[in-house]
Amino acid sequence: MLFVTRRLLAACGVILGTITLVFFILYWLPGDPAALIAGDDASVAMVANIRAKLGTTAPLWQQYITYLVHLAHGDFGTSFTTNEPVWHRLAAQLPATLQLTFCASLVALTLGLTFGMLAAVNRDGWLDHFLQTLSMFFTSMPSFWMGLLLILIFSVGLRWLPAVGSGSFRQVILPALCLGLNVSAWLSGMVRNSVIEVLEEPFITTLRGKGLRERQILATHVLRNALIPLVTMFGLLAGELISSTVVVETIFARQGLGRLLVESVGVKDIPVVMGVTIFASGVFVLINLLVDLSYLWIDPRIKA
Amino acid sequence: MDTTHASRLMPGRDFGARAVARKAVRSGRFRTLPSLRLSVVLPSLVLATMLACAFLPNVLAPYGITDMDNDAILSPPTQHHWFGTDHFGRDIFSLLVFGAERSLVMATGTVLIAAGLGGTLGLVIGYVGGAADFVLMRLVDVWMSVPQILMAIIIATALRPSVGHTIMAVGLVLVPQFVRVMRGKVIAVRARPFIEASRSIGTGHATILFRHVLPHTLAPMFVMVTLGMAIAILLGSVLSFIGIGVIDDRPDWGFLLSQGRDYVTVAWWFPTFPGLAITALVVSINTLANKLKAHLTP
Repeated sequence: MLFVTRRLLAACGVILGTITLVFFILYWLPGDPAALIAGDDASVAMVANIRAKLGTTAPLWQQYITYLVHLAHGDFGTSFTTNEPVWHRLAAQLPATLQLTFCASLVALTLGLTFGMLAAVNRDGWLDHFLQTLSMFFTSMPSFWMGLLLILIFSVGLRWLPAVGSGSFRQVILPALCLGLNVSAWLSGMVRNSVIEVLEEPFITTLRGKGLRERQILATHVLRNALIPLVTMFGLLAGELISSTVVVETIFARQGLGRLLVESVGVKDIPVVMGVTIFASGVFVLINLLVDLSYLWIDPRIKA
Repeated sequence: MDTTHASRLMPGRDFGARAVARKAVRSGRFRTLPSLRLSVVLPSLVLATMLACAFLPNVLAPYGITDMDNDAILSPPTQHHWFGTDHFGRDIFSLLVFGAERSLVMATGTVLIAAGLGGTLGLVIGYVGGAADFVLMRLVDVWMSVPQILMAIIIATALRPSVGHTIMAVGLVLVPQFVRVMRGKVIAVRARPFIEASRSIGTGHATILFRHVLPHTLAPMFVMVTLGMAIAILLGSVLSFIGIGVIDDRPDWGFLLSQGRDYVTVAWWFPTFPGLAITALVVSINTLANKLKAHLTP
């Protein structure tokens, strides 16, 4: 119980810290956010008007307290461009992002586990070297370039799939592939190392000595043990997934939180930028909290 | 391949001699030059080319940045324009040559900030420990809880667009990773007996820190610096791509790529080659960083 309480408290602390950090970066760093929003050729009256609307006439610490109090009531502020509550805009974009990240995770897990296992079993063989080189390329490739290449090949060249938009299942295939390939490249490397570590354990020799078939050893004994460290990796990869969503949604002109962020940055809609950043970071912290807590179930020694 | 087995299958061919020759190659002189392997030579060549482009763009680029060929707007690759031309009729190959400087400045500047700030903080808190260590590591936790691209985007949004600010934004994003690597290494070194021995003969903390601890951290930091450069180039190009990086008359690979995106259906070469340049540079840096890591941390 102590473990759970401590982790929960730590996560709450990190979330509060994140809100503070993001607030000060966006409201304190530019000097006057109203001037930033208004642009260089705005009149003094316009800047003053925006300042009043934004509530930045009050001292910074007072704005910060107000923001926290509103946030505690589920109020992320009001969008500057549409005058809607920021939360409504977030909620409207959430389903598209969830669909994309879910499909991308499926792609990443399938490819990452398969190729990672294949590489580990053929350790130092040509297949291993080939897969490692491939994974190096996919992790070094900017995800927006991979997106464009996918569009070039599958939409422009072969005309199999639509290049842009969101809604239908056909429209999610290319973005999910783009995001998933990127993450699977990271994942397969981790799976490979994890599986190799387990293969070197003495109990595997025992199993072989017992006369078990290699395939059976891999499927039931190796994979299960190799997955334990991978749960932690999943927490780290979640950050990569969230980050790349921003780029992938922009490339494929999809609806979603990432696109909302990029558009809001373009028109300097600071309350929305802040809302998306805090929401995404909150999800990231939450996933890592769940990963930590899942250890209780995976590895009972932690309870002590 | 097993020689005898192969000879038995195909009796007409002399596999034996070939196998002997291959064996000689494997065990002979070539074995003593492991650094000449393709996985080291190729990335080094790519890196050297990029450096040459950054320092001597005027010599290497066949056209200038503003040379517009009105007869060849969006021309596919030809013998005059190796990588084709953009929507103004500018030579994409030349733009890429001139753009190399921006990428390398980006990578170097970012890593200087990240390693300077993160390295110093990690060195001090790792050695001092206690409350300072605890507080700073919680700050690092918070800093890392915002996904990298989002962090770079909000810092770049808060600052006015300029080269310096983009470098600062990406540099600040990478600081916590350097703090972690440095601190971990310092804590490991601090626990070793020679530090205690040094203390017991009355060596001052500053001397211990810089003469005895710092040299041990250089190898992992060097690997981190190399990896950091690769991340910096990718993050910087994302910022240019989204349109909050630097936008001026100097060509920038990320920005070229984002312009090429609008022509993806009619001019495949326009987005393809800038992306290829970024990928080639990042793959090369990452490959060399991995080799370094394997070499420095046995």
